[in-house]
Amino acid sequence: MDLAASRRDFLKGSIGAGLLLGSGMGTAWAQTEQAGTPVKGGHLKLGLDGGSSTDSLDPAAYISAIAFCLARSFGDHLVESDPVTGKAIPSIAESWESSDNSKTWTFKIRNDVQFHNGKKLTVDDVVKTLQRHSDEKSRSGALGFLRAITSIEGSGNDLVVKLSESNVDLPLIFTAYHLVIQPNGGYDNPGEGVGTGPYKLVSFEPGVRALFEKNKNDWRERGHVDSFEIIAMNDPTARIAAVSAGRVHLINSVSAKTVPLLKRAPGVQILNTPSRGHYTFPMQVDKAPFDNNDLRLALKYAIDREAMLQTVLGGYGTIGNDFPINSTYPYFPAEIEQRSYDPDKAAFHFKKSGHDGPIVLRTSDGVYAGAVDGALLYQESAKKAGIAIEVKREPADGYWTNVWRAAPFCMSYYGSRLSQDLMYSTEHTSDSPANETNFKRPDFDKLIKQARVEADEAKRKELYHAAAVMVRDEGGSITPVFNDHLLAATKELKGYVHDVGNDLSNGYVASRAWLEA
Amino acid sequence: MTSSLEEPVSSKPLASARQTLLRNSLGQMVVRRILLGFGLLIAASMLIFGGVEALPGDFASTYLGQDATPQAIANIREELDLDRPMTERYLSWLGGIAQGDFGTSWSNRNSVGDQIWKRLGNSLLLAGVAALIAIPLALALGMVAVLYRNRIPDKVISILSLAAISLPEFFIGYLLIQFFTVQLGVASFPATVYDGMGLGERLATIALPVMTLVIVVLAHMMRMTRSAIMNVMSSPYVETAELKGLSALRIIAEHAAPNAIAPVVTVIALNLAALVVGVVVVEVVFVYPGIGQYMVDAVTMRDMPVVQGCGLIFAALYIVLNMVADIVSILANPRLRHPR
Repeated sequence: MDLAASRRDFLKGSIGAGLLLGSGMGTAWAQTEQAGTPVKGGHLKLGLDGGSSTDSLDPAAYISAIAFCLARSFGDHLVESDPVTGKAIPSIAESWESSDNSKTWTFKIRNDVQFHNGKKLTVDDVVKTLQRHSDEKSRSGALGFLRAITSIEGSGNDLVVKLSESNVDLPLIFTAYHLVIQPNGGYDNPGEGVGTGPYKLVSFEPGVRALFEKNKNDWRERGHVDSFEIIAMNDPTARIAAVSAGRVHLINSVSAKTVPLLKRAPGVQILNTPSRGHYTFPMQVDKAPFDNNDLRLALKYAIDREAMLQTVLGGYGTIGNDFPINSTYPYFPAEIEQRSYDPDKAAFHFKKSGHDGPIVLRTSDGVYAGAVDGALLYQESAKKAGIAIEVKREPADGYWTNVWRAAPFCMSYYGSRLSQDLMYSTEHTSDSPANETNFKRPDFDKLIKQARVEADEAKRKELYHAAAVMVRDEGGSITPVFNDHLLAATKELKGYVHDVGNDLSNGYVASRAWLEA
Repeated sequence: MTSSLEEPVSSKPLASARQTLLRNSLGQMVVRRILLGFGLLIAASMLIFGGVEALPGDFASTYLGQDATPQAIANIREELDLDRPMTERYLSWLGGIAQGDFGTSWSNRNSVGDQIWKRLGNSLLLAGVAALIAIPLALALGMVAVLYRNRIPDKVISILSLAAISLPEFFIGYLLIQFFTVQLGVASFPATVYDGMGLGERLATIALPVMTLVIVVLAHMMRMTRSAIMNVMSSPYVETAELKGLSALRIIAEHAAPNAIAPVVTVIALNLAALVVGVVVVEVVFVYPGIGQYMVDAVTMRDMPVVQGCGLIFAALYIVLNMVADIVSILANPRLRHPR
């Protein structure tokens, strides 16, 4: 069902927001819409997909776009990421430094921050927050990123974190939206909704609505609207009707197919931001016939990427090169040659593989909007190379349990991750439960590990180049396109910041946008 | 979509039991009907529990998604007691319900009972207002159609009601939104109601979904009223009434209508059940926080206590409404009490 798909979509994409470890390679497209003098005041209404009656206010349990906005509005994180460069920038932690080859990190915690309940934020609150999310028994969505932490301690105004293995990306990991700093770390009442953010939570009904008002005691100047609300709207048509009638100011999860229609509505603007999310066709490299690299190459050459981009995404996206990284990530290896549709090469490799007979591709409407169209498109382009693809439609319900990771060849996608490290560690390293192609190569794992501890930027870029080439030429994933984040807003909404980190201005939309009077 | 869960609970067992039960006095019959209803409810609870268990996919992996680690999945399974055998979990769930405890949601740990009552209240408000408008209107239009049968008013009513029946409810909803909200800008949308909203504000907010529901159920009830009365109108005693010179209106109101109550009440009861259970689609279209949307959310998350609780409530509603319809039919028509 739609809802399941969209929640999953978010989940897959969410965990980290931008990465960029200090490289200064900020992407040029990150920019603010219609710069001008922000207008203060007004009541902003967001109609967002992905809410559920079963949602919780406990940040450890956040999984939807709504929870993402919630976390960024009522809460603060230790570190934030720059919307343009994706680099880690100060927030609750005003500065940080690492020692012992990035194994010991010291964060200086601000002492002028107050919670919405009037209590002063202390180092202890930060320590407890991190402890709660990194506990072995925790249900936190951020647990996976915090596994390397061996100790979390307070020392005066400082937070000291020790790691079992070096990681130069630690500050970026602390931008994960689950890690909202809560009083006593949320141990007393994880779902009380009290934080230090720019807006105070006034009321929250799971799957229905959340209402916020400006935090008058904010520790820094931010936020333009006096109050805002998020209305959970899971029906795509309802969202579109609401924004076209001006009943809400902004909606998310706009399908590329409806964009041309929405553009005709007089008061509506489309906001699209390139994202790190990408569509994949995983081939399991340990199962015949996909254990043959020539067959995999044949299938990689047999896909018409440009047609996929235009047909499935309506042009709102970018072409992929069979590795999960694009120019929104720092250290993007732009110099690697773009693979394109080549029926001759595909036929050559197909013949060389010695395989005969049709290739079964499993898909479903539930993978993403247009997935079945994409499969049929692929079938057509492969036919020209003499490769017969048999498209098998599976029920949307249960697809992620019964087909994904089970069938040798299917369709899938990933959302954005905080860093190249986290992206590869999800999609391609041996120990990842989400390694959908069963690509298990010790030499690849070693490359990723080396890059994680490499402080020298030039060397790090080389390592990520080598990793990308290995996945592109030997891996099991066909990655034809990266999809844009698509939002629609009324023209009253100004100052939307296109953030490289994630959708909805990396969740900060409510405190960054303003309403024209 | 989700209504398939309560399909096994139809009025058929009630109807087949009718013959044997009617021999007894009215009071006894009602008591037996209620006991039978309970039996049905238990059977329904087994079907719901079994059906939910059989759904592909489980909560832990849905909840954790792609970042699930075997460790985290094990943590959740252990926490939720999923290692216990199915029968044991079924009995403890049923035991809880018997004491009014629907358990807690797996994903947000809130009490399922609290949410169900609140959401059911919202759904009942929507269905109730729709029924208040639709039932009198259906009966009146049905009688008007009979009064002018085969003439212009009857034909107009027939054509319009057939058109309304043919349109799916979500499409009617979209049409109303397009016309009243997008074009005219008069109606409120989305129809999201929340705590602290006054009754007047609530009623204004739900105008469009109520209109949709009225259109959906009106036609069905109206046509049933029309055909039931027409049926009676062709019987000999109506002819007698006509021959002794009564006015058409009096014949319909005094002689025909009481005999048409049984089939009409049955249709009304079924439509009421459809209003409450079937509003799911309308709730989604209008972003209305009713029990249907609560259940849909829970199904996608595999939040079993919520799905089971909602399923049981839907089953109970169907059973109760059918039971009431049966009892009312028997009360209204003494002949049904004395079968040959």
